[in-house]
Amino acid sequence: MSGGPSGPVHKSGRRPNGAAFFIAFGLAVFGSVLLWDAMSLRAGGGYAGVGPAAMPKLVGGVLIVLALLTAISGWRSTAEVRPTQKLRPVGLLVAGLAAQILLLEPLGFSIATTVLFASGAAAFGERRFQISMPSGFILALAVYGIFDGLLRLNLPAGLPERLIYGG
Amino acid sequence: MEALPFLIEGFAVALQPHMLFYALIGVTLGTAVGVLPGIGPALTVALLLPVTYTLDPAGSLIMFAGIYYGGMYGGSTTSILLNTPGESASIITAIEGNKMARAGRGGPALATAAIGSFVAGLLATLALALLAPHIVKLALVFGPREYFALMVLAFVTVSAAFGDSTLKGLTSLFVGLGLAVIGIDGLTGQARLTFNVPQLLDGIEVTTLAVAMFAIGEAMFMAAQRHHGDDTIISLDGAVRMTAEDWRRSWKPWLRGTVIGFPIGAMPAGGADIASFLSYGAEKRISTHPEEFGKGAIEGVAGPEAANNAAAAGTLVPLLTLGLPTTATAAIMLAGFQQFGLQPGPLLFATSPQLVWGLIASLLIANIMLLVLNLPLIRVWVKLLHVPKPWLYAGILMFATLGTIGVNPSPVELMMLLVFGLLGYGMRVFDYPVAPVVVGLILGPMAEQQLRRALAIAQGDWTTLVSTPLSAILLFVALCALLIPALLRMTGRGKVLAQIAAAND
Repeated sequence: MSGGPSGPVHKSGRRPNGAAFFIAFGLAVFGSVLLWDAMSLRAGGGYAGVGPAAMPKLVGGVLIVLALLTAISGWRSTAEVRPTQKLRPVGLLVAGLAAQILLLEPLGFSIATTVLFASGAAAFGERRFQISMPSGFILALAVYGIFDGLLRLNLPAGLPERLIYGG
Repeated sequence: MEALPFLIEGFAVALQPHMLFYALIGVTLGTAVGVLPGIGPALTVALLLPVTYTLDPAGSLIMFAGIYYGGMYGGSTTSILLNTPGESASIITAIEGNKMARAGRGGPALATAAIGSFVAGLLATLALALLAPHIVKLALVFGPREYFALMVLAFVTVSAAFGDSTLKGLTSLFVGLGLAVIGIDGLTGQARLTFNVPQLLDGIEVTTLAVAMFAIGEAMFMAAQRHHGDDTIISLDGAVRMTAEDWRRSWKPWLRGTVIGFPIGAMPAGGADIASFLSYGAEKRISTHPEEFGKGAIEGVAGPEAANNAAAAGTLVPLLTLGLPTTATAAIMLAGFQQFGLQPGPLLFATSPQLVWGLIASLLIANIMLLVLNLPLIRVWVKLLHVPKPWLYAGILMFATLGTIGVNPSPVELMMLLVFGLLGYGMRVFDYPVAPVVVGLILGPMAEQQLRRALAIAQGDWTTLVSTPLSAILLFVALCALLIPALLRMTGRGKVLAQIAAAND
């Protein structure tokens, strides 16, 4: 998203060299995986002459070309400063999501989601867990009630859900 | 006027009390979520998709349509009162609208945005109804090669034509196309790129990808910024109504905006953001008060806001008649259709006319509901702007994971949410557009099937792709849309394109 015509056009400049090479590497890996997987497919092109392997081969090939172009443009551009990213809050969000995945089955939707909610709030500066945990829990329970009860989505139940909403 | 009897039939569906109720819930939820800062229509639709899962197809699609239009309305409120628009199409509205609000004219700005959206939405939806039967007729003669050419055109316009870099746009698109390969090949049933993980056989869900990139990636990006920017919410004093002078200055921009917006949405020529940008330029050029532009000109709100809504309705033309999504929002709506096994296109008009026309009729009804919701009740929505960031994003995360957990509660699916969230974050940091990934994911397999069908019909002869005038012209236009902007950028004239960069529409 770039700024509008009159607003300050927020240009964070060209990426630093290192980042471009990193991106190019990622693209090349993805492209190679596509090509490698396409090798193992049976041809089966039939009348078309192109089978299931054609698309992955094409996309994989183009991705490798794009990786080269990205690397070249990264080579040409000078590294410019971009706004520093605070990685701690991102880490908190990743940890919250990971915790939710791990806790979902054993402890149920509400408890797992409370952890996600509190770490999400903490990532945005709300570190008073004595406030964020209970409010997240109440919200999650309410959401469970609405979506599992009224809208019949199948959310994993834990102890709190069974106590409050029954089976 | 062959559309009229169909439209009347559509109203017979849409005016049933429970359908009206679904539409009302849709527009209310759409406005409420769309008003939240940082949430655009694409994310609004993706987040609210789970709400519609258990309804019948007609009710669900009607609620969905309400959510779509509601999200568009809600976005304009955010951009006028807060200088961080929730959707890229509202960036233009934010320029003049925010200035008006700062000068104490927030009321008229909100009013002209709401009424302009209403006028444009109404006219554009009627145009959709009139146009649809003709395009459906035309589409009946489309063969696989024409569909393939159309999809190639959509790929180019969504990825490379706008934005500040052809390379980055194409990279995003091909990442989407690469992800689209994952799963069972539709024509031969062979598993591709699944690494023996059974959950990958169905491919990657469009909603999972969209929610991950727009909600989780966006949350990570916002959390990682050191400065949260200028977030002052301008209080809304004075009534939300317009003076006679405001009306006099607004009605022409509304109509011009509609005329500009609808065709842009209807042709695969880009999203609502481009329409509102062009409308802003037009209003500025012909204005009798050019000195007011940049300082809060009401025309600069009225025109772009109308254009933006007209384009949103226009996007439904290719989506409903051809099954072709040209924006991220439309891609998610297509996923919404597909959850019921419905494939929009000419066939759907023939097999379920009451469904399609009920949907179109309910769009008109939703528009009227939204005018009522947005004028007298605007203050209720403005309160939502005051939700503090930690609670806002914590809530977004909860609802983002809720959809996935409710539909597909496997750890693999949730892991995908996390991984694509990180991918979306990285793309935001390095200025890669997100919409092409989503459109590539849903259109990739469709384009592949059409290509292989076309080649099968022609016994493997590739020249078949350009053997009809229509497909040749479409492919030529696609080539131009790819090369001309690239040349403009190379010669240093790409600024305009960068400014209309499609961010998340």
